[in-house]
Amino acid sequence: MEFGIVELSRMQFAMTAMYHFLFVPLTLGLSILVAIMETVYVMTNRPIWRQMTKFWGTLFGINFVLGVATGITMEFQFGMNWSYYSHYVGDIFGAPLAIEGLMAFFLEATFVGLFFFGWDKLSKVAHLAVAWLVAIGSNFSALWILIANGWMQNPVGAEFNPMTMRMEMTDFFAVLFNEVAQAKFVHTVSAGYVTASVFVIGVSAWYLLKGRHIELARRSITVGAAFGLASAFSVVLLGDESGYSATHSQKMKLAAIEAMWETHEAPAPFNLIGFPDQEARETHYAIEIPWAMGLIGTRSLTTEIPGINDLVAQAEERIRSGLIAYEALLEVRENRDATDPAVMATFEAHSADLGFAFLLKKYVDNPLDATEAQILAAADDTVPTVWPLFWAFRLMVGLGFGFIGTMLYFFYRASFKGMNFPRPALHLAVWMIPAPWIAAELGWFVAEFGRQPWTVDGVLPTAMSVSALSMTEVALTLAGFILFYTVLFIIEMGLMLKYIRKGPFQDVEETAAWNTRHNDRLAGRRNADAIAMPAE
Amino acid sequence: MILHELITYEVLRVIWWGLLGVLLIGFALTDGFDMGVGALLPFVGKTDIERRVAINTVGPVWEGNQVWFILGGGAIFAAWPPLYAVSFSGFYLAMFVILAAFIVRPVAFKYRSKRDDPRWRNAWDWALFASGAIPALLFGVAVGNVIQGVPFHFTDDLHTIYEGVWYMKFIGLLDPFSILAGVVSLSMLVMHGGAWLTLKAEGVVQQRARAIGSIAALVAVGSYVLAGLWMAVGVEGYRIVGDYVTNGPSNPLHFEVERTASWLTAYLDRPWIVIAPIMGVLGGGLTFLGLRAGREVSTLLFSKMAILGVISSVGLTMFPFIMPSSSDPQSSLTVWNSSSSHLTLFIMLVVTAIFMPLILMYTAWVYKVLWGKVTEADVSENSHSVY
Repeated sequence: MEFGIVELSRMQFAMTAMYHFLFVPLTLGLSILVAIMETVYVMTNRPIWRQMTKFWGTLFGINFVLGVATGITMEFQFGMNWSYYSHYVGDIFGAPLAIEGLMAFFLEATFVGLFFFGWDKLSKVAHLAVAWLVAIGSNFSALWILIANGWMQNPVGAEFNPMTMRMEMTDFFAVLFNEVAQAKFVHTVSAGYVTASVFVIGVSAWYLLKGRHIELARRSITVGAAFGLASAFSVVLLGDESGYSATHSQKMKLAAIEAMWETHEAPAPFNLIGFPDQEARETHYAIEIPWAMGLIGTRSLTTEIPGINDLVAQAEERIRSGLIAYEALLEVRENRDATDPAVMATFEAHSADLGFAFLLKKYVDNPLDATEAQILAAADDTVPTVWPLFWAFRLMVGLGFGFIGTMLYFFYRASFKGMNFPRPALHLAVWMIPAPWIAAELGWFVAEFGRQPWTVDGVLPTAMSVSALSMTEVALTLAGFILFYTVLFIIEMGLMLKYIRKGPFQDVEETAAWNTRHNDRLAGRRNADAIAMPAE
Repeated sequence: MILHELITYEVLRVIWWGLLGVLLIGFALTDGFDMGVGALLPFVGKTDIERRVAINTVGPVWEGNQVWFILGGGAIFAAWPPLYAVSFSGFYLAMFVILAAFIVRPVAFKYRSKRDDPRWRNAWDWALFASGAIPALLFGVAVGNVIQGVPFHFTDDLHTIYEGVWYMKFIGLLDPFSILAGVVSLSMLVMHGGAWLTLKAEGVVQQRARAIGSIAALVAVGSYVLAGLWMAVGVEGYRIVGDYVTNGPSNPLHFEVERTASWLTAYLDRPWIVIAPIMGVLGGGLTFLGLRAGREVSTLLFSKMAILGVISSVGLTMFPFIMPSSSDPQSSLTVWNSSSSHLTLFIMLVVTAIFMPLILMYTAWVYKVLWGKVTEADVSENSHSVY
């Protein structure tokens, strides 16, 4: 593969986006967990819950700030590095980004300061409301970002306008209620909740292993496991929903994830593992589960799922149709309102395939000059590289089921075994901490790499989306981001570890005094349950 | 959907041109004092506790303020996609520097006081200084370039092409007029930061902020007047020629544009806009007097008036141009050729009309909760929870 401005710009986007998403999932989940802890505090008035709120709140703050800081890059680099993309789809894609700012980001950012600075300035209930507003704001942010991303996967509610040379919105509600976006939103926030639960359980497990902050750690695990269990089910179910919606909106991505080269008689089997071979277009040593793919993908036993080879043949058809649209477009652009209605009708009949003609721009300046061989090559280009998708997807799903198992176990121990956790399980919980991050990054990789060669599926090829920048400029900023982000990452990890080692440091005496009293009261009653014990 | 036909495309475009101004001014009024305080930090605070007082005056609010910047980016993307595409990729390296500043600044606020090591704190103090002063300067430089026109053109497919080699796209921004515009914005925001610290701090921090802020106010007024005179004699303007429609498709290539002797002919065509520069000069002068006299609340209001006047004077003078092209005037972006579609502008207006008042309401509530001075005693007593 030739390495040019497109590849360099993609590297920068992948790097900055994946780095941003190191911080986002924890923000999404921890904001809610902290708000839940504060709710318990306000309801029971027990100081331990305020201490938990402040302790996890401190870690939330360290993480939150980098999520915000690296999010700024995301908001601006579409214009910086992907200016043709910005021009071409800004009419649709820009709206959810702006609404995110208006509806969600302002909310979380305005109140997050008050969360940290307002303990003495607000009543208990007002402060609790602030905590929930931060959590709601963060989660609404994710909604609008995923509506924007969902539109790139499944571009509904828009059509091409030849006068402005861009896509324009025709139906806002179609963009809003895009089934891909809605499934992705719940899948992504649930992944964030799992991440925060695994984090809270892991850090607490470390305290229990060290014999420190036992009261805080046991309660935190209980909250984390209950919240994490529901979220782990949700993340897998909504992942399945995403797969189901992909059967009609993103057939190629689905076939590539599955390494399904030929259309199989319904219901198709699921390749559990295997070795996809892009050249030969077959999967070696595949272990198949009969019927599974058909059931997951179509929820029926009779609907076929098209294989890669058939989809390439369809792409070739659409390129030829797109060329008719392109030829008509040139005439429409020349004559504007005075265009012959017959030409206009031809354009409208084929404009849905215009993006496929643009695939040829990689080979020739004017798609109409393309040779037969180039048309076939462009059709082949619609297949993303299969093996990384195949494996990334399987690893992600495996981790997802692992989270369900872990959460079930901790929920069981917390609810029915008096919050006693065996040491091997605690060790496992500490080692699990990185797993949800790995799963989340793999998930984004599957979603975005699986959409290639498109930035907007079937509408705009990635190769056409970039800005006319020099390699030097992008290389400079990429080097700058790598250097800069590495330093920030080291500082962030250093502070995170410092504050985890330090443990809760606010309201220590008050909480300890309450704890002693509480334990004495418990000791005075036979078989008293620590959680069910009424407040003082 | 036909509801959007209620407001004509032309009117929506003018409304969104106004909202673009509202966002830029909102950003300058709120995040402006954060940047100003950052730029003032090494000079108003000599000891750690003095610096912490200065930082904590903006501590609880900078995060919300910074959203104006991000919302500005998002709103330009949604309402003026060609402007978003052309300006951000055209000012590529300058944008990277601004982004770097806006990434470092949150981290510096949050992490600075989390360790006691003086070297650690000193390093973050410099980061706060640079991330306040450099963007404050560069925003003005960018405006200076836009006033003179930026070298770019569109292909038939509306790909943007920039003239010149890559390093000139960065160094070339720093021509004398643009540097003067940078001085205007930097001194204006330092003045605003000084007015903020006068309100929120006391003692030696407040005294130093008043002294430096009043000098900045003088520099701001002087450089602004100088830039105005320069525009009268040394900067060519632009105008649309021939027949054109104001409610047609957003395609810059459908318009004819030519250069004129000066932008300032706008003041002959629509004399009422002179109110903007008058507010700019008057506001700056009153801020100077207010800082000298030690008046707190009114000084901040005067400073806001100055910023409102200066920023709106640029937009009103250039109307309907948003980003003219110096190398190919026909590619210039104007209010009539670079907006989103009629439907998108309408939807975004509805959303803004719902949420902007809410934002202003809860922001005002937060400022009210936090009303009052930040003192050295406050900072040392709550050393764990404040910055």
